[in-house]
Amino acid sequence: MAHDDGSLDDGRSFVPSTGLAVVVPDAPTAPALPPHRERVTDKDPAKMRSAVRTVYTWFYLSVAGSIWAIAAYMLFPIEDGRWSSIAENNMFIGIGSAFALLAIGIGAIHWSKAVMSDVEHVEHRHPTRGKDATRELAIEAFSDANEDSGFGRRTMIRNSLFAALIAFPLPGIVLFRGLAPHGVDPVELLEHTMWKEGMRLVKDPTGTPIRAADVTIGSAVHVIPEALTELSHHDGYLDEKAKAIVLVMRLRPEDLIQAPDKVDWSYDGIVAYSKVCTHVGCPVALYEQHTHHLLCPCHQSQFDVKNHAAVIFGPAARPLPQLPITVDADGYLVARSDFQEPVGPSFWERH
Amino acid sequence: MSTSTVEEKKKDAPLGGRFIGATSNYIDERTSLSGFIKELGRKVFPDHWSFMLGEVALWSFVVVLLSGTFLTFFFQASMVETYYTGQYPLMRGIPMSAALESTLRISFDVRGGLLVRQIHHWAALLFVAGVGIHMLRVFFTGAFRKPRELNWVIGFVLFILAMAEGFTGYSLPDDLLSGNGLRIIDGMIKGIPLIGTWTSFLLFGGEFPGTEIVGRLYTLHILLLPAILVALLGVHLMLMVINKHTQFAGPGRTNDNVVGYPMMPVYMSKMGGFFFIVFGAIVAISSFFSINAVWHYGPYDPSPVSAGTQPDWYIGFADGALRLVPPHLESVFWDRTWSWNILIPLAVIGIFIILVMFYPFIEAWITGDKREHHIAERPRNAATRTAIGAAGVTFYAVLWAGASSDLMATHFWLTMEGVIHALQFLLIVGPILAYFVTKRICIALQRKDREIALHGYESGRIVRLPGGEYIEVHQPVDEYERWKLIAHENYAPLVVRPNERGRIAWHENLRASISRWFFEDRLTPVTNAMLDAGHHDEVADAQHIAEGKAAEIAAQEDKKH
Repeated sequence: MAHDDGSLDDGRSFVPSTGLAVVVPDAPTAPALPPHRERVTDKDPAKMRSAVRTVYTWFYLSVAGSIWAIAAYMLFPIEDGRWSSIAENNMFIGIGSAFALLAIGIGAIHWSKAVMSDVEHVEHRHPTRGKDATRELAIEAFSDANEDSGFGRRTMIRNSLFAALIAFPLPGIVLFRGLAPHGVDPVELLEHTMWKEGMRLVKDPTGTPIRAADVTIGSAVHVIPEALTELSHHDGYLDEKAKAIVLVMRLRPEDLIQAPDKVDWSYDGIVAYSKVCTHVGCPVALYEQHTHHLLCPCHQSQFDVKNHAAVIFGPAARPLPQLPITVDADGYLVARSDFQEPVGPSFWERH
Repeated sequence: MSTSTVEEKKKDAPLGGRFIGATSNYIDERTSLSGFIKELGRKVFPDHWSFMLGEVALWSFVVVLLSGTFLTFFFQASMVETYYTGQYPLMRGIPMSAALESTLRISFDVRGGLLVRQIHHWAALLFVAGVGIHMLRVFFTGAFRKPRELNWVIGFVLFILAMAEGFTGYSLPDDLLSGNGLRIIDGMIKGIPLIGTWTSFLLFGGEFPGTEIVGRLYTLHILLLPAILVALLGVHLMLMVINKHTQFAGPGRTNDNVVGYPMMPVYMSKMGGFFFIVFGAIVAISSFFSINAVWHYGPYDPSPVSAGTQPDWYIGFADGALRLVPPHLESVFWDRTWSWNILIPLAVIGIFIILVMFYPFIEAWITGDKREHHIAERPRNAATRTAIGAAGVTFYAVLWAGASSDLMATHFWLTMEGVIHALQFLLIVGPILAYFVTKRICIALQRKDREIALHGYESGRIVRLPGGEYIEVHQPVDEYERWKLIAHENYAPLVVRPNERGRIAWHENLRASISRWFFEDRLTPVTNAMLDAGHHDEVADAQHIAEGKAAEIAAQEDKKH
């Protein structure tokens, strides 16, 4: 291809390397531009007039579209709150505006294609690199400035300036420590939830306590701690809920594989596991009754409730933490303690 | 007499009338704007449909800006608890954050508000898609080569910023889906060694979800990210003007010129018109198709989540990467937790991004070609690059498909495990397969082009010669078409030579082997001699037919006599 005259172009002495390119001595050269072909609108004045008509018709139609959109704003009120009113308002304003916009676009493009001159222009491309003389002047500017300031010579000034320039943004960065409250250790927060000994398990979101006898085999109950129901939004309701959500399921006791040290964490086949996925923290909300598997809908990690909620598939690494439970004097499910390990996704200081 | 004075008056009057003339003069005397107009007013832009893809991105970004500005007048970036009291009955009285409440008000209580919200969301989706497709065009035509390597990097940063804008915007309404998206981000951040826990703590202003994150994301979404984006977009376009647009090879089009239509009036009207087409298409989509129906999801609550939720399309690849990790990848070293199930996908995506971002420099190092390249290559003519691109696209596509693994399983009655395992397999094998298939297709297409250039195209006319011989007449292509087929760069693998100390540096050996991989399978460049020889073939064919015909006629003449 025609790289031939690029190198010595316009006072540039630099000859770039061709690298691994194969330079063909007998290379064919590009033919010149083909002769301009006239369009029908160039040849036939009637066709040109019709094209011009088309263009201004589109522009006028666009005005009509805009007027319709304004009319639709008034003609289709939404204040009755009906879904159909909202849909109509959305659609009819939209149709008017879309038509107004598309009509301008179609008109303008038709104008440029059918009416405006379509003779191709050729523009010379200069190499991007500056001319030799220009580059010399640029270097001269730098060297004069260096001479005048002593920037290169007076290294103490220069280096101390660099040090100062590096240091000055640091206080600003430090100020961003204020993004999170002081005196609170995030690790401490992550290690504890609201659950504590004797706290009732209540249904989410109704807050009704759960009698052990009412939990049937194969059912899964979405559970929060009773104290959460009294917590208000600005006291961190969501923060606490994000850690404390639990799923309670009942299995036949003989189906449960139980580690010796966790035998008393369940009650008559009723087990409670954290609902926060140990992968990245989505709620593990899907329970498959006949296999007793829990599935996280976000990334499809699967946990086996029969076997300490161990990971059987998907990207999660750790089993869901188990909440030790028992029943109180009235037969309601209560926690025996908080979770014995942090719930939710792993974090650096977790161990 | 009278007509001539009228004409003289017209000549005296400045272009566009006295008022425009005076105004232009006023401005020019204070700004030197005439020089700018002289330089750029008739600047030539080449024409090709694929050059429009970047415009899709540009114009949909303008639509995003316009619609987003409207939304800021109504949206409350606050997580203060409130109740929705507007028109929409199903959400009335439900406690929610001010962010969701104002989003619902925009949707149901401001006339046309839903339309603008949907325009904003659809335009954002189209913006990221436009950037992606534009990048593919630039990659596959080699338009990132010198002097445009830096503009490729800037464009790539714009792509990442576009995704960041998308994600921060998606999180603002504080609905159930966006909250779950943030939950996933929080989980990923916590998995980062050393800084993860504290980064999450600072970002959320305490524990997840806290009451700060929406306000902070809002600042990023409408101030910081757009400011960087607009600035880089300015540089991106400025460099395009300085470098001038690439053009495809064609008659009259060389590396030293640009052939096309002038900025004023053709491109002004074409590009301006295209802005309205893009805008109009987005508004049309927004009038008929709902997007991000937050009123179905309700406010964020850490407990519920619905099955089959999907992120916006451009985050899909990252979500898919998270899903394809095998189980149990976590370990404890030095009393610290290493979440490999987070770190591996982050590293894979990071390496992928770095490779794509720095690809122009890698290819420039291999070819060692320091010349400027202004002719966009046809993908087939850079077979190895095209094959690498196809492999990259396949890799991305498998990750992307991963984000819908559950939907694929439920829609096609497959097992969840089967889909994940198939995608894990495809993630490794797919790109390799795509590489080889693409490379072979490219080389086959090159050979086809070569055949057409040298021997003409198959005309479909079969001629039976008197001797019983059948030949198909090949019709030569005209010189303009032929030039498009033969105009491309050719490279040969590097042959290493010892330096002055008689040694071969290791990096030269590396470069030689990579260049072999790049350029080993290649066609020899076309020369004039080959074209002449090919032409002779056609002439010989024609002669062969003519001789046959003559012989036949002679034979018939003989019979008559």
